[in-house]
Amino acid sequence: MNSMMRERLRVAHYLIAENPINLVAFGLFAFLLLAAIIGPVVAPHSPLATDTSIALQPPSVAHWFGTDQLGRDVFSRVLVATRLDLFIAFSAVILSCIVGSTIGAVIGYFGGWLDATVSRCVDVLMAFPLFVLAMAVVAALGNTVMNVVYATAVINLPFYIRLARAEINVRRSLGYVEAARVGGSGDFRILSVILLPNALSPIVVQASVNLGWAVLNAAGLSFLGLGVRAPTPEWGIMVAEGAHFIASGQWWIVFFPACALMITVFSFNLLGDVVRDILDPRLRT
Amino acid sequence: MKHLEISGQAEPVASAPPLLSINELSVRFRTRSGIVNALDRVTFEVRPGEIVGVVGESGSGKSVTAFAVMGILDAAASITGGSIHFEGRDVLGMNRRERDMWRGSEASIIFQNPRVALNPIRKVGQQIADVLARHSPASPSAIRQSVLDALRQVRLPDPEKRQSAYPTELSGGQCQRVGIAMALACSPRLLIADEPTTGLDVTTQAVIMELIRDLARSRQLGTVFITHDLALAAQYCDRVVVMHAGHVVETAAVSELFSAARHPYTAKLLRSVPSLVDRLEELQAIEGSLPDLRRVDLPFCRFAERCERRISLCDSAPLSLAPIGPNHCVACRNPL
Amino acid sequence: MSPQPVLEAQDISKHFVLKGSGDLLGRNRPVLHAVDDVSLSIARGEAVGLVGESGCGKSTLARIISRLVDPTAGTLSMSGRSITDISSARFVRSDLRRKIQMVFQDPSDSVNPRFSVFDIIADPLRQLCRPATKAELVARVREAARAVNLAPELLDRFPHQLSGGQKARVGIARAMIVDPELLVLDEPTSALDVSVQATVLKLLARLTREANVALLFVSHDLNVVRLLCSRIFVMYLGRIVESGPTEEIFNRPRHPYTKALLSAVPTLRSGRTGERVKLEGEPRSPIDPDPLACRLVGRCPWQQQRCTAAEPELAACGPAHAVRCHFPLD
Repeated sequence: MNSMMRERLRVAHYLIAENPINLVAFGLFAFLLLAAIIGPVVAPHSPLATDTSIALQPPSVAHWFGTDQLGRDVFSRVLVATRLDLFIAFSAVILSCIVGSTIGAVIGYFGGWLDATVSRCVDVLMAFPLFVLAMAVVAALGNTVMNVVYATAVINLPFYIRLARAEINVRRSLGYVEAARVGGSGDFRILSVILLPNALSPIVVQASVNLGWAVLNAAGLSFLGLGVRAPTPEWGIMVAEGAHFIASGQWWIVFFPACALMITVFSFNLLGDVVRDILDPRLRT
Repeated sequence: MKHLEISGQAEPVASAPPLLSINELSVRFRTRSGIVNALDRVTFEVRPGEIVGVVGESGSGKSVTAFAVMGILDAAASITGGSIHFEGRDVLGMNRRERDMWRGSEASIIFQNPRVALNPIRKVGQQIADVLARHSPASPSAIRQSVLDALRQVRLPDPEKRQSAYPTELSGGQCQRVGIAMALACSPRLLIADEPTTGLDVTTQAVIMELIRDLARSRQLGTVFITHDLALAAQYCDRVVVMHAGHVVETAAVSELFSAARHPYTAKLLRSVPSLVDRLEELQAIEGSLPDLRRVDLPFCRFAERCERRISLCDSAPLSLAPIGPNHCVACRNPL
Repeated sequence: MSPQPVLEAQDISKHFVLKGSGDLLGRNRPVLHAVDDVSLSIARGEAVGLVGESGCGKSTLARIISRLVDPTAGTLSMSGRSITDISSARFVRSDLRRKIQMVFQDPSDSVNPRFSVFDIIADPLRQLCRPATKAELVARVREAARAVNLAPELLDRFPHQLSGGQKARVGIARAMIVDPELLVLDEPTSALDVSVQATVLKLLARLTREANVALLFVSHDLNVVRLLCSRIFVMYLGRIVESGPTEEIFNRPRHPYTKALLSAVPTLRSGRTGERVKLEGEPRSPIDPDPLACRLVGRCPWQQQRCTAAEPELAACGPAHAVRCHFPLD
């Protein structure tokens, strides 16, 4: 893989140097990862520690983002919530991607009644408003973080199934697949070793674009009270709680978690664009 | 000496002034990986009624030349030198509007891969009508009649029915006939055929080539026939222009070229083509590969690095086509 | 006593039932006859050409012979052993798989873009021959690359860094590395540049001669087939219409289609005689062909009454020369 990696890195370097926005995307992403990893350690206050005597304080030197209605430090909560939100988003996307791509690849390769059946099921799935479906899944399975992950994964499945199916379908009658058959490879090996690496790029691009949506999804579910429960710090919950206080002028309780959400989604979307630019072979000379 | 079976052809008028005259044409392309010197001082002419074959491998610049003449080069291309004259008029000096009117009514092009060159969601009769309406507007019934005439001219059976067909409903050969009909609808005087039979079966190819030749002769069109198939050029052309890596290396009448080629590249090319040899042992590959046209240090002769006849003179000064016999020019300092 | 032919095909047919047509109960659906009752045999080390135009079924036949596709009817055997008694999916695991290999048409999509050249060539060896040690694998891959004149430094590269000719040679190395007995080539040079074709053709001829590998060369390019093959089969609409030694076919074609095909091929070589024979119209549909008429009816300049009454059989018209025509030319 050596020379291919080297060339990829060269293209990556070229792209980053060419467009400063790409640098911003990577920078933001790196920052978010950092926040997720070391957030709980470097948070100035405990995200759960309540102190009603300092409740509803505007941003100050002691509390950069102010305090919420229970006197908790908003900054620490926003920071610590990064880990949870990112965990949900990444887990959901990875789960969705692996399961969806596998299903899509198999039906794309074998076609026939299997393809027809599964595709119709996917069509049914997509006929639902996806967010409502996520709500239904969490409501049915119970209000836990893992169920939010599963719900988000389920509603993203159709995209991966369709994408993988299309990518495999287009390639399954190409010369190198026939060559692999003549060269002694059975169906399973052709799917996993021969075809899948070729179909990977568009799937990875889809996954990176998906991350932003997954974060929003998770936050949306918690906003409605499904999934993550108080007092766990999570951006969606914080927006829900803070919404009550906007009218009375305490804007900081909503504002900072909402900003965090926005920056995260923005960063993932940018990242998706950059990943697509790197992996898209059409960009190479 | 081989016995050559060249089908009898009517001799075009030799003394007429050239219909198309390309002089020292140079074209460059800007690409991500550098500037490609696609054409370097390409020179040849076409007389009315004459079929000139432009042969060369892929990358030789033959299609670039055709597109430069028609004014349909890619946006990344720039013409860096030379001129193109059509019946004495400066083609490159035409403004956009003049060029648009000229293209289609006075000069026309047939593309390779006929199915791709036609609009798949428009009936073929409508596509021909579009060309007619653009250049010679007339009443709808007159245009309809002209469309049927055009389809009959290209020997498409059952034109009334076929004109309402979509390209996907027609065979490759039929699509190419439509392409020819579109090109000839407004009676141009110059026809460029860019590999018109690529992708067609050999029997269909013969039929299409005969059609093009017959139409060209009957209408006294000047025709440029671009191909990589030397035998095909031998069979249907009057004169051949051999291109290599953006240069014209030799031009001669067909019989002269195939029996007495003077440029080393032409000679090697003739020995590397299965249709021109009798036994596998006679087949000889050309060593090396095309020079990278992005290089800034390209030698004056772009074949020099692969040529056994290279002498010091070859690297001394830029090369030009020089006459070496009646109607036979070669760009070589050490010709055969 | 002559040795067993390396490949023998008996009455191979491939029919496709067209879906979505026919009456409500799915009966009387039209059937596309891609290949109809084709029999041929290839001797050890022999180079056989299979020619015809698009739609004649030669590519389908090639894929049936290389066991990528199951025939609807008929049998194939290699050196006497039947290879059609198991499905093509199971054949992949059989020890006979390595004996028939294939070289494909378009070099750019017949090599896996994600594999290095080394892995592309090594793959069939790994799957079919399972060399004992890594050193042996590497040695054999290097040898295969050397045999097709691929520079060793190209082994680490990826297909997009190779030229068309180099990719074509990778395809040949990959096919030859497992020591096949029969090499099926589906238009291996038609996507290549003219100057590269010569290299690849000579390479193929030399390699297969040295290893005594039989060739089934499928092509629409008669000039190429003429140079490489000693025997030729001409196909039209799924049937073999003429077969015989190359010289015979080229100099004395007996079937009207063969004659039309040959006369349409542009060539400057010596010995080409005669006027161009033209076939009117387009080929008939391969769907539900009339079993009582010759398939060239409506296009043949020598058509007679009998041609619309019964389909001709393949009959001998000379030593090792057979033609399917009621009125063979002479």
